[in-house]
Amino acid sequence: MSVLEIEALNVWRGEAHVLHGVDLSVEPNGVTALLGRNGVGKTTTLLAVMGLLPATGSIRVDGEEVIGTPSHLIAQRGIGYVPEDREVFSALTVAENLRLAERPGVEHRYDLVYELFPDLASRPNQPAGTLSGGQQQMLAIARALLNPNRLLLIDEPTKGLAPIVVESVVEALVKATADTAVLLVEQNLWVAAELASRAVVIDEGKTVYAGDMDTLAGDPQLAGRYLGVEVR
Amino acid sequence: MTTKPLEEPATTRPVDPALVPHGGRSKAPKVLAAVAVILALLPLVPVGIPVLFSGPFDTPGTLQVLAVALTLAGLAMSYDVIFGYTGLLSFGHALPFALAVYGTNLLMAHARLPYPVAAVVAIVGVVALSALLGAVALRTTGVAFAMVTLAFAEAFSILVLTDPVRFLGGEEGLSIASDMVPDLFRGVVNTRNIYWLALLTAVVVYVLARRVVTSRAGRVFEAIRENEPRVEMLGLAPFPYKLTSFVFGSGLAALCGTVYLLVVRGANASITSPDFTLSILIMVVLGGAGRLWGAALGGFVYGVLNLRLSGVATSDAIDALPDWLAGPLSEPLFVLGTLFVLLMLFAPGGLSSIGRRMRS
Amino acid sequence: MSSFVLYTITGLGLAGLYFLLASGLSLIFGLMSVLNLAHGAFFAAGGFAAWWVMDSVTFLSPGPRFLVAIGAAALVGTVTGALVERGLIRRLYGKHVEQILLTIGLGMAAVALMGGWFGYDPRLLTQPGWFTDTTEIAGANIPNSRLLILGVAVLLLVGLMLFLSRTRHGLIIRAGVENPAMVQALGIDVARSFTIVFALGGALAGVGGALGAVYFNGISPSLGTAQLIFAFIVVVIGGLGSVPGTALAAALVALTQVYVNNYVATGLGSISVVILLALVLLIRPQGLLGKAAP
Repeated sequence: MSVLEIEALNVWRGEAHVLHGVDLSVEPNGVTALLGRNGVGKTTTLLAVMGLLPATGSIRVDGEEVIGTPSHLIAQRGIGYVPEDREVFSALTVAENLRLAERPGVEHRYDLVYELFPDLASRPNQPAGTLSGGQQQMLAIARALLNPNRLLLIDEPTKGLAPIVVESVVEALVKATADTAVLLVEQNLWVAAELASRAVVIDEGKTVYAGDMDTLAGDPQLAGRYLGVEVR
Repeated sequence: MTTKPLEEPATTRPVDPALVPHGGRSKAPKVLAAVAVILALLPLVPVGIPVLFSGPFDTPGTLQVLAVALTLAGLAMSYDVIFGYTGLLSFGHALPFALAVYGTNLLMAHARLPYPVAAVVAIVGVVALSALLGAVALRTTGVAFAMVTLAFAEAFSILVLTDPVRFLGGEEGLSIASDMVPDLFRGVVNTRNIYWLALLTAVVVYVLARRVVTSRAGRVFEAIRENEPRVEMLGLAPFPYKLTSFVFGSGLAALCGTVYLLVVRGANASITSPDFTLSILIMVVLGGAGRLWGAALGGFVYGVLNLRLSGVATSDAIDALPDWLAGPLSEPLFVLGTLFVLLMLFAPGGLSSIGRRMRS
Repeated sequence: MSSFVLYTITGLGLAGLYFLLASGLSLIFGLMSVLNLAHGAFFAAGGFAAWWVMDSVTFLSPGPRFLVAIGAAALVGTVTGALVERGLIRRLYGKHVEQILLTIGLGMAAVALMGGWFGYDPRLLTQPGWFTDTTEIAGANIPNSRLLILGVAVLLLVGLMLFLSRTRHGLIIRAGVENPAMVQALGIDVARSFTIVFALGGALAGVGGALGAVYFNGISPSLGTAQLIFAFIVVVIGGLGSVPGTALAAALVALTQVYVNNYVATGLGSISVVILLALVLLIRPQGLLGKAAP
């Protein structure tokens, strides 16, 4: 059974009808990339799953409907969320950001987190607001990895990062996502292809492609049409 | 910022936009004209409403209460332009009103200006000062704007109460410089004329405010209230519009203030208080924000209840209650505040929306 | 010189009162975007609770009785705060303007309620004799009550900072002030913290009322509302949601007020505070230690 199943998802933001018919599913293992042009509603999809935007249609986590459930209860089902702009708590220290993320009743994987991101281990008392962009991204990912989650929603983890930092983040994600289901929003097709085995493309608020990542990445016409990118 | 939607920013959208009528250019003016005619004839009617009023409509006591209520109706409409239409949560709207009351009287008493001249000078002065204060306060938005405007109003209140230069009468206030008031509006015998002046003022405020809120600028006011960033995206700078709304509303409040001075025959320190400034907000929301006649209704009802609830509360029925209940119930503000809380919980569109709600 | 010391300590005592009111306001606003205009009523309720204890618990000697009075004021503030949040504010969740309006009506009704019960003239608080004695500091005779107010306020400031930095609830509140949606997305029920900050804000305001009854030589229903305005100014100058900013601004505002009142002219102190506010807004609209404007 899929960890996450979305059917006929409709979401409004204010008066704008952003999503009108997104379908997708995320299998228990491996990364599913959620792709599409800028502003097509990828972030909106993740926000709707987290219960942070009102939605209609169906969002099932492990077979159970979560639309209408408060965000914190959705998260408690074992979902880790890495938001688009990292959204680390800038006034809190690195250690406090992680402590806040500790979910009661489960094991907290500090060993894993510090192994993946030694940069965080060495500066527990630094306010997160003073970290570099790459370190903030690591902290945001660490927050989601700290609890043994069923599903990770990761929104543009490489956005605005220097190429060298992108590499280390991708490397960490490869290791971290080996045994978890992941729904990954990524603008960078190279990164998506590196991490994901399956891909879902949304365009004009609807799902237009669901299938193999390699097929999509290997077909310049398809990729060009949906993603507006040139594939070399 | 992506995960903010849970907590909407503290915009100053007024109560329940669904209940704010759009294109409500309906039969309201005709009905209101009829109401105005009835109100104009009221001083000639020798009957009254027992309990609510102490005497028939043609007695000075009742006319005085109604004149106060009409002035507050005008004041509430002037605030509705700022809050209801433009969405600016000012907590300092008592300031232009009180400044006009004090200013007019001081100009009469010390500059020896006749009332009409003093009133015009006071209004012009208040408009100029509002432009200045508005320009500072509008550097902030939302709740900070509310606090800043409240602070400005409070500054004047403290100035009046402490009265460092023995000029403003302190807590006792000032009595009207009646020798500069035209005979027509002087003394208790002319309460009827003052009542008519208050009615005329309320009508003028309505007409002026309606003109502005239905103009092109008025539509920008409403657009700012609904979605300020979008107004900016359309290439309009919101600031001049917000300032215009603020200054215009303040000018109308000043107009009401000049009449209030005649109605209550003096300047009372209580109209500078933070309680009064917040009660203007209550009047508007009580009636229904974003709807001029709703605001007017709220101001009128508030005025009558505030002045007459204490009269009603001294009735035997209240006296029979135990002290712990009778004490608060004889406080008009306890009753009004409680009613207002209930209104916010159960009918946030105000009195003027209740009929609409019952129909739907 | 001795008068300067007296004014400074008096000013810092007043700053303590402002801090007790403003810190709760600031946290409530920071976390929930609710401007609580009923906060002055919590202050007055605390003051009356303290007055009632001092007036009726006569089997205790005045010293211990005052401790009980402070406790009663804190308790009344806590309970009132929690009830207001649970019973009223929560029903209008997400509608910030309606919540503000509700607190205005509530504050109005609460002040009138206390007026109906206790009257509007200040009730004098029985004070332990030690309060009116003076202690000599740098040549100035300082009434002990001023030192007590200052001491309690500093103690509560430290306690509040410790609560915010050392406990999980404090951590959630600090994070929630920044970004409540993200806290929620970490699986934490932010709404529980709403009740906590209201109760905490109520407790601080209640203690403020008890101390205010000493500082202002009596408690009346409208005393809280009068102080609330200055608390607002403190919150805006300090930066919404920032506790250290609130403490700093409280000292700045209160000292300005006391110095100007005593060295320039009585009554001008409060006006100068408003001018200070206008200046801060022109130079730094987000307040001294605030982040971006709300």
